Amino acid sequence: MGRVSSYDQAGNDDAVLLRATGLTKRFGDFTAVDSIDFAVRKGECFGFLGPNGAGKSSTMRMVGCVSPVTSGELRLFGLDPATDGPAIRARLGSCPQRDTLDEELTVAENLWVYGRYFGLSRKEVRSRAAELLDFAQLSDRAGDRVEPLSGGMKRRLTIARSLINSPEVLLLDEPTTGLDPQARHVLWDRLFRLKRSGVTLVLTTHYMDEAEQLCDRLVVMDHGRIVAEGSPRELIEEYSTREVLELRFDADDHKTYAEQVAGIGERVEVLPDRLLVYTDNGDEAAAKVHAAGIEPLSSLVRRSTLEDVFLHLTGRSLVD
Amino acid sequence: MAFSQPQPVAQAAAQSRAAHGTREPLSRAERTLAVFGYFATVYKRTWRGSVIARFLSPLFFMLSMGIGLGHLVNSRAGGVDGLPYLQFVVPAIVATQTMWVAMGESTYQVLGYIKWNMGYHAMLASPMGVRDVLRGHFLAIATQLVFATSVFMVVAALFGGFSSWGALWCLPIAVLTGMAFVTPIFAFTARQEGDDGFNILFRWVMTPLMLFSGTFFPIAQLPGWMQPIAWVTPLWHGVESCRMVSTGTVSWGLLAAHLAVLLAYAAVGWWLAERSFARRLVP
Repeated sequence: MGRVSSYDQAGNDDAVLLRATGLTKRFGDFTAVDSIDFAVRKGECFGFLGPNGAGKSSTMRMVGCVSPVTSGELRLFGLDPATDGPAIRARLGSCPQRDTLDEELTVAENLWVYGRYFGLSRKEVRSRAAELLDFAQLSDRAGDRVEPLSGGMKRRLTIARSLINSPEVLLLDEPTTGLDPQARHVLWDRLFRLKRSGVTLVLTTHYMDEAEQLCDRLVVMDHGRIVAEGSPRELIEEYSTREVLELRFDADDHKTYAEQVAGIGERVEVLPDRLLVYTDNGDEAAAKVHAAGIEPLSSLVRRSTLEDVFLHLTGRSLVD
Repeated sequence: MAFSQPQPVAQAAAQSRAAHGTREPLSRAERTLAVFGYFATVYKRTWRGSVIARFLSPLFFMLSMGIGLGHLVNSRAGGVDGLPYLQFVVPAIVATQTMWVAMGESTYQVLGYIKWNMGYHAMLASPMGVRDVLRGHFLAIATQLVFATSVFMVVAALFGGFSSWGALWCLPIAVLTGMAFVTPIFAFTARQEGDDGFNILFRWVMTPLMLFSGTFFPIAQLPGWMQPIAWVTPLWHGVESCRMVSTGTVSWGLLAAHLAVLLAYAAVGWWLAERSFARRLVP
């Protein structure tokens, strides 16, 4: 882990490494990213939260300098991707949504080959690859072909590969999509370590728990626009209540029950299979429901999450 | 089949490119060799299968046509214009096998790097650009063509397929013929969604070309209206050039014209490939 952890912490920690102003991406008539503004500071973990098709991946591809900006301004390390793409990419790590490993090659070969794209000497590539395989907990699989590895291992290898050039900013597009819960936690742990070592992380996710776990700051995206921005805690405080009472009824349509519980709590959201009552005191609201003679199949009090923020902002769930 | 990557010069003096801050840019040669290095690593794993497959087809053609059919042609017609049939057909097979290598390397493989394992996308996330990717991949295929052609030529020579040392010129001409197919097929492949187009290419382009480009008989035997078709396709020019240099009957003006057509195919194909790759890979 030597090189990964020996990140230079000196310098201005508030330095903005990445700034977008009016950033727009169009494909023909379709506007994938619609004039968004954001800035990422050195050392933070910045997230794009939103459902599939919100424009997160298109944004990430522009930031990764593999898709030209349609209009607006994008700067990384003060450089313009339109003119300095290779110089920017030399300083980025990129972990795409789908693994782009060569499954016919061995784990170590994937790293060696990739390091050469960044102009590292063969000697340096080999020593860095050994460290990164250790970091990714894949040292014992170094000589094995990639193809039979588990999804979580391939994902960790993709991340190890994206670190071969010691990037200053690591881009992660849906890093844990398709992984089982255990593999996700292993991956989150690795990402935490990277962040602690000073690597700036920029990630997209449609999992609210991932955003809450990893992100210092995030933007909520919907239909190519940013609809809210802040830390997970700030967003929950601003757009939701402290607690949520979830009520399930024996009914195909929960709308009729929504009218009955209206007035209990600050507001009520109707989902296909349950009602969400937003309130600062869930137990008190549950008591009121009971007192009103309404009998749900089940009721559950929980804290507000980013899922609730998203539901409130867009009227839709994150994961369809 | 050892592929070795050259060591960067003056590595010790240069600062590591893994140090934070502005990184020293890669030279064009470094970029090309980095991409080439990937394909070399892949070939190190797969060359056994591909060499045997590539070598056997031309060998079978040489044995059946050159020796089997050749016996008949020689005894009935005294060869082709006095040339033993084997020496007539072998230089043409040298040119024709490059077309098969080109097809093998530029269709499913390339679509795979675009769509399935997304190997090109991995390269483009690094400092590599579309031009570097193409340059490195073309270099790798040209290297394959050199190996495949050399192996076949050595074996064909042992069977007496060549009559003069001029046949050595077949090697660069064959590589050029192969590249005249590779670059346009790259451009074609980058516009495909599935493999339907490849079947059309195999059935309606490659097979007729092999049969009607003067490989097995002079195109003068074809009906008059079919001959211009041979003139505009690359294979006939490769076949004629290889035949000229290996039989020692070089007409310099004609040879220059043949090579110019092959170069034009390769160059225009390269330009088209850059355009279709950029459109497909960095939209």
